[in-house]
Amino acid sequence: MTDTPAIPARPRPFRPATTEPALVKWSLIGLCLAVLTVLLFAPLYAVFDEALRRGWAFALASLSEPDAQSAIRLTLLVAAITVPLNAAFGIAAAWAITKFDWRGKAWVITFIDLPFSISPVVAGLLFILMFGANSALGMWLVANGLPVVFAVPGIVLATMFITFPFVARELIPVMLEQGRAEEEAALTLGASGWRTFLTVTLPNIRWALLYGVLLCNARAMGEFGAVAVVSGKIRGQTTTMPLMIEMFYNEYLSVAAFTMAGVLALLALVTLTLKSALEWRYADQLAATHRH
Amino acid sequence: MAARTFSVRAPTPMPGWGLSFGIMLTMLSVVVLIPMAVLLWRGFVGFGAAGMWEVVNRPRVWNALELSFRAALIASLFNLVFGVLLAWVLVRYRFPGKRIVDAAVDLPFALPTAVAGIALTAIYAPNGMFGSALMQSFGLRVAYTEIGIWIALIFVGLPFVVRTVQPVIEEIDRETEEASATLGASRLRTLTHVILPMLAPAALTGFALALARSVGEYGSVIFIAGNLPNVTEIAPLLIVIRLEEFDYDGAVAIAIAMLVISFALLLAINLIQIWSRRRMGAA
Repeated sequence: MTDTPAIPARPRPFRPATTEPALVKWSLIGLCLAVLTVLLFAPLYAVFDEALRRGWAFALASLSEPDAQSAIRLTLLVAAITVPLNAAFGIAAAWAITKFDWRGKAWVITFIDLPFSISPVVAGLLFILMFGANSALGMWLVANGLPVVFAVPGIVLATMFITFPFVARELIPVMLEQGRAEEEAALTLGASGWRTFLTVTLPNIRWALLYGVLLCNARAMGEFGAVAVVSGKIRGQTTTMPLMIEMFYNEYLSVAAFTMAGVLALLALVTLTLKSALEWRYADQLAATHRH
Repeated sequence: MAARTFSVRAPTPMPGWGLSFGIMLTMLSVVVLIPMAVLLWRGFVGFGAAGMWEVVNRPRVWNALELSFRAALIASLFNLVFGVLLAWVLVRYRFPGKRIVDAAVDLPFALPTAVAGIALTAIYAPNGMFGSALMQSFGLRVAYTEIGIWIALIFVGLPFVVRTVQPVIEEIDRETEEASATLGASRLRTLTHVILPMLAPAALTGFALALARSVGEYGSVIFIAGNLPNVTEIAPLLIVIRLEEFDYDGAVAIAIAMLVISFALLLAINLIQIWSRRRMGAA
């Protein structure tokens, strides 16, 4: 019993075969954080830094100017019209697509996604062509006191186009995954169509719906290119917050531009916070791509 | 009525077909289909292919189109590589502040483009935080050059690849990596020959989304670009300029040219994707 094999002096530190060496790992983390700092965090910091360059009072004063106030009101108005309409569209489209089998579904889904691959400027151009001064429809509408282009309806239409897919894209995969069994059970038990929707479907999709609405709202309030083309940029009338930022910036009113930008950046931060909270708490009720 | 709908739609007791399909089709038509049809009709029927070619086939328009697609490709390629790396770091590694970093990746989705535009310009301008440092140490101008456009487009397209690749990495079965290691592959070889091929289809989807987004991007670019004709003037800006001159035909021609090139690019990416999926399926 004396010839026990010699114990190896020091085993090499154990590293599982499914990870990288610590040095590689920490270099990659460092690299990612460095790139994100340069690209994401620094610009975000710069917005607030530039806005507060001459103090809080000065920054806040620029927001209470009539032009700034009217831009804020217009942006809220456009979002208040656009978001519910697109939410209604998203629910209707998701219902038609996931609860029924019909031909041409793939085409419709492709068309719903189309706005994501079209330049915002082209989106604006579409509505100029339809309702602008050079189209018969546009002339007729102006003659009847309902101008679309260079007026609020055009801004709403352009914003709707840009944010069109958000709610539908969020709801379709969720409702597809949930299937039809629960609705069928409710119907078999004698519930009406509306009651089935309100008491069975809606509770199942509420967090996904909120998620879609959140993203839709963020984009609707921040849209620049499409709105810039159709709005005509009439101060105090058709100038939204992002357009106001451009105007202030081009007039070298740096603090005013960055303060307005700061308000929208705060909105973006609130959106991100709510979005992350939804992803963490209700991951099982969102589309699979948001579960991490 | 019943006989007609039966051929389109399978029978089901589910209610609300007429209402939901009606709302969907009406809104889709009013917001997307009819406006798109008007654009195409105006271009191909009203103006004609020959007329459009004449507008597009001029140096200033070619330069703008080339710049838009070149810058979008460069930015999206950066985002392809960095996106896969960042997704890997976010899924596989633990480090302080990870949750905040993960949430912050979506900032470009949430931050309005005009805000991103003036903020990036502020830090990369010759007198800005990074701009002055780059100028003094490397003599490199970022804002008001094409590099500025790359930066803006990298910002705009950053989340796409990360968000498409992340769920795929989460689903990877560790046993595959263990098998590869057991068979004697180095870690690097496992990563390049086992992991990367699995991520390729999702990464390409993200790449295509980022590309489509950055080709048409306007708001974040115009502030940082300098907008010098033939040098830093992107195609969407040229459309805006044509519209301001009330040259609707010119604007339509450039818009259709952008759509055609984008469509061709996305089709090519789709084909590569089908090829890479087949390759994975066969392996």
